[in-house]
Parts: sequence; structure tokens; C-alpha cells
Amino acid sequence: MTVHDATGGSLPERALANADADTPGSLRPSPLRKAGNYVVMTVLTLLFAAPILYLVVGSMKPTDKVLDGLGGFLPTNLTTENYDKVLDRFSTDASGHLFSDFYLTSLIVSFMIVACGLVVNSMAAYALSRLRWRGREVVLMGVILLVILPFEAIAVPLFYMLNDYRNTYWVQYVPFIANAFSIYLFYTFFAGLPKQLDEAARIDGAGPFNLFFRIIVPMSKPAFASVTILQFLASWGAFLWPVMMVDQPGVRPLPLQISVFQSQPPYPWGEIFAFGVLMVLPVLIVFLLFQRWFVQSVASAGLKG
Amino acid sequence: MSTLPVPPETTDDTRPVATRRDTRAALMFVTPAVLGLIVFVLIPFIVAGWLSLHRVNLNSPLPAKWFGFEQYQRILFDADTRGDFYRALLNNFTFAVIVVPLQTGLALALALLLNRPLRGMALFRTFFFMPVVFPMALVAVMWRLIYARDDIGLFNSALNAVSFGQLGPVDWLGDPKFALASIILMSIWQGVGFQMIIILAGLQGIPGTLYEAASIDKAGRWAQFRHVTVPGLRNTLVFVSLVTTIFAFRLFDQVYILTKGGPDNTTTTVMYQAVSSAFDTGNVGKGAAITMVFVVIVVAITVIQRMVLKEEREIS
Repeated sequence: MTVHDATGGSLPERALANADADTPGSLRPSPLRKAGNYVVMTVLTLLFAAPILYLVVGSMKPTDKVLDGLGGFLPTNLTTENYDKVLDRFSTDASGHLFSDFYLTSLIVSFMIVACGLVVNSMAAYALSRLRWRGREVVLMGVILLVILPFEAIAVPLFYMLNDYRNTYWVQYVPFIANAFSIYLFYTFFAGLPKQLDEAARIDGAGPFNLFFRIIVPMSKPAFASVTILQFLASWGAFLWPVMMVDQPGVRPLPLQISVFQSQPPYPWGEIFAFGVLMVLPVLIVFLLFQRWFVQSVASAGLKG
Repeated sequence: MSTLPVPPETTDDTRPVATRRDTRAALMFVTPAVLGLIVFVLIPFIVAGWLSLHRVNLNSPLPAKWFGFEQYQRILFDADTRGDFYRALLNNFTFAVIVVPLQTGLALALALLLNRPLRGMALFRTFFFMPVVFPMALVAVMWRLIYARDDIGLFNSALNAVSFGQLGPVDWLGDPKFALASIILMSIWQGVGFQMIIILAGLQGIPGTLYEAASIDKAGRWAQFRHVTVPGLRNTLVFVSLVTTIFAFRLFDQVYILTKGGPDNTTTTVMYQAVSSAFDTGNVGKGAAITMVFVVIVVAITVIQRMVLKEEREIS
């Protein structure tokens, strides 16, 4: 319970002790308080980063040295053997499938959900926010109501309905393309764009199609970035649906594969961790490069309230 | 800032009435998404209701048979069969009661610490947010080793070191006393960064002039926190608590990978029961009935949150 202990007990006090720096007009924080602040942050950061460090170090150690108490952190006996094994062949998976097969499945599924989702959901949001037509209010209401319903609420009946199409790629992405929450995010963004845009464009003779593709889409890059990031994170980590719909390794996405991998003795922990690093690495790189966008998209998810 | 809430406009009287061209375009634009939502969300939801009133088993060649409210009767009321479901509900509830205040409090503390004009804050933020991009399946696998039995586990080893050999080793995931707590801790580790970012955005939405006014009034730090920060964050905190509460009832991935609901059902959850009924035993009717109860819970939580928010708006 180390994470709790580091901040537990005196949350309000600590928050307060540090609340003065952002108060305009107050004195600059004393060097002592500043130093204390950095110490607290560093300790917290180390606790937060410890599991990730453990994963990275473990992925470069022989399997029998990974599970070694605190020694698991020590960078001894480092080797790239685990990565070679994972990338070359899947020795532990009798199916004979390669790492690239699982990767490809995850890539196809995530790409289809994100790419098709961007088109379909932004178009719907445009019609709902900037065009006048009968039935608009009803559809909008329906979308807002569906935002409440998490996927878990329909997983079982969907499993029943699509049971004949198990172990395909499409069953893993088609149900997730249309997304009420994405529509809602686009909707709030489009509705906030100035109305004069439409009027000016219409005076110039632009129809609804031109207006959308020439004016609204180019102005809405933040909304597209947010939806891309949120949908990608969700689809790359999707687990419940593959558990029910996929049992053949050929179409198994990465999260399901790592759960299968870690359930078969003898547990090759070094390789499992290497697999884990490879599975999260592209997301981490993109996250570090586009951190501002990640942070903004998560923050924009919060405006739903 | 573009991330701040823009109140959506529902009606716009300045625009001309619906034209035929607009209507035709609107229908083309809206149809693919609406069709997708109807086929893959609305219809499954109706099917769930239908299934929950039938006896349907995937492993049985018999066709679906009308079952009335028998599934609900068995899950909720029948003394012989209701035990598992109530145990799952209790676990979800416990998870929510612990995680919501703890995770929100931790996220608020981190956000307040980070919301300061000190150098290096962006770097700290990066680390706190990083677990959010980790797939839960991977997080569960990592923590399986952290929680490993005996002294080879990271946690046991650390516990042993700080207590000079007095405490542990504990079977974190295998001991009924600790299994749920272990799931809770790793879930907080993965989720707190998400809340922290939303709260940070909320903090940045509080006008600095309010703090200026407060300090002119000689309000101390506590008073400023109590009367400026907390009211300014109220809607954000309510939203964040709602998302976390619903998340608590959706709990599945970590339980499936780490404990399969055990030991002694101490980590079973509503979703785990729904999936294992439908998937492992083929009892889709029961799984659907559990799903319907889940929906009632989620809707109830959402309605309560809306009511709380509305009240606040009326007061202020």
C-alpha cells in the first residue's frame, strides 16, 4: 500500500500547503517549500514509475531473475534474448503464430475503429449541430441517452447475436465504429464554432457538403485529435469483447494474447514482459510525442459532465 | 482554452427553416452512424431484455423458451441461487466506496501539486499520466508479478525490507482478506492519472481573479481552498466521481486475468458473473438478466449525478 501511504492521511493539508504558489499576489514560495515540493513530487513519481521500471528491467532479464523480490529492479544479467524470442517465434504458443500476427490483428482492429469512426461520427455530429432538419432533436436525444450506456451493458446480447461470426476481424471492429460518445464530442466542438462561417459560405454558394469538408473539418483538428486518441486507447486495450469472441490465435489481439501467454506454465516471465513492452511501446512513443494532445483529449472527455 | 466546456446549443432560431437540400444532406450524413448505433447498441439492448425473460442456453439444442421473470427471481431473490450475485454486487460496491474517494482525493492532491508555476511540473505530470495509456491486460500481468507469493514477489520483498522481516509474506491475490484490496490498488495506479488531468483542466478553468479577490480579503490558504477551489471544482469532482463509480461497476479485465473471481468469490464482480454465465456456461438468459440489472445501476448512478449537478446550478 505504498502509494497510499505517500499521500494518505493529510490530503487537504498538503494540497493547501502548496496552494499558495498559484495565487497571484501572494509572496513567492520560499526556497524551503519549493524544495519540499520537489521532494514530495520525486518520491511520488518514483512510486508511480516503479511498476513500469520493473516491467522494462524484467523484460531484459533471464526469466529466473525476474521474480526476485526487490532484486527484480537490479539491472543485472541484462540480455535482449527475450525480445529475440518474442519477435522471432512464439516458442510457448503451440499454435505457431508469430508476434506480428497478434500485432497485425490489433493494428487492423484499432485502425478500422478509429478511421471509420472519425468519418462516420463527425458527419453525424455535423448534421446534428449545424444543419436544420426534421427529427434532429429526436436523434440528438437518442445519441445523448446512448452515451450513458457502457459497452458492458450490451456485451452479452451482442455476443449472442454475433456468435456465428466469432474469430473474424470484422466482428472485432464493426460494432465499435459508430460511437455515441465520439458523436457527442464532435457535436460540442462543432456547435462552438461561429455561425457566421455557415452564413458566409452559404452566401458564396457552398452547399452542406462543401461547408463540412472545406470549412468545418479543417477547423476542427483538436476534436479529431481527441476522438482519435480516446478511441485508439480504448480499442488498443480492448479485452472483454475479444475474450468472448476470439479463441483462435490467428485473429487474437495483443491484450488477449498476453493474457493467454501469462496463463500457460512454465511461465516465461522475461518473454512475457518483453511482449508487454512491445505491446505498449508504440502507444508510449506516440504519447510522449503528442503529450499535449493526449492531455487535452482526456480533459475534453471531462467536459461531458 | 479549447478544452473548456462550450455549452452546446440545441436550438438556433437565426437560421432559416429546414431546406430540402439541408434535410437531404443531413440524412446522408447522419445515417451511417445512426444505423450503427441502432444495430450494435439499441437492438442488442432490446435483445438483452428479451433474453433475460427466456431460458436460452448456447450449449443446448433446445430453442429459447419463455421463462418470465425466473432469471431475475434466481439472481435476486431465490435464497439458494442469489448468493453469487449479491457477493458480486457487494464487491463492486466495496470497490466503488473505497476507490471513488481515495482515487479522487489522490487525483485532486496531484492536480493541486502540479498546478503550480514551478519548473519540471510537466515531467511529473507525464509520469502520473503514463499508466493511463497502458492496456489493463498488461497492467494486470505486471501486477501479477508485483503481487507474487512468498519473498520473490516485489511487494512482499518491499514489505519485508521496511518491516525488518516482521511482516509478510502475504499471498496478495490468493488470500481472501487481501485479494480485493490488491485489485483496488492496481486499479487506482492505472486510473488516477486520468482523473488528475480532468481535475487539472477544472483548476485551470477557475479564474485567477477569484484568488486575487480572496487574497485581498485576507483569506488564508484554507479559506481559499474551501471557498474558491472547491466550489470552482464542484462540477468536475461530481463528474469524475460519476465516471469512477460507473467504472467500479464495469470491473472485469483485471479480475478475469488475476483472480477469476476468487478466492471464495471475494473478487467476483457483476460483469464477471454476466460474462461467465453467458460465455463459460452458455447460460445467455442469466447473463442477460445480470446485464439488465447492471444497466439499472448505471442509469441510477447517472440520474443521481444529474440531480446533484442540477441542484448546484440552481443554488449558484
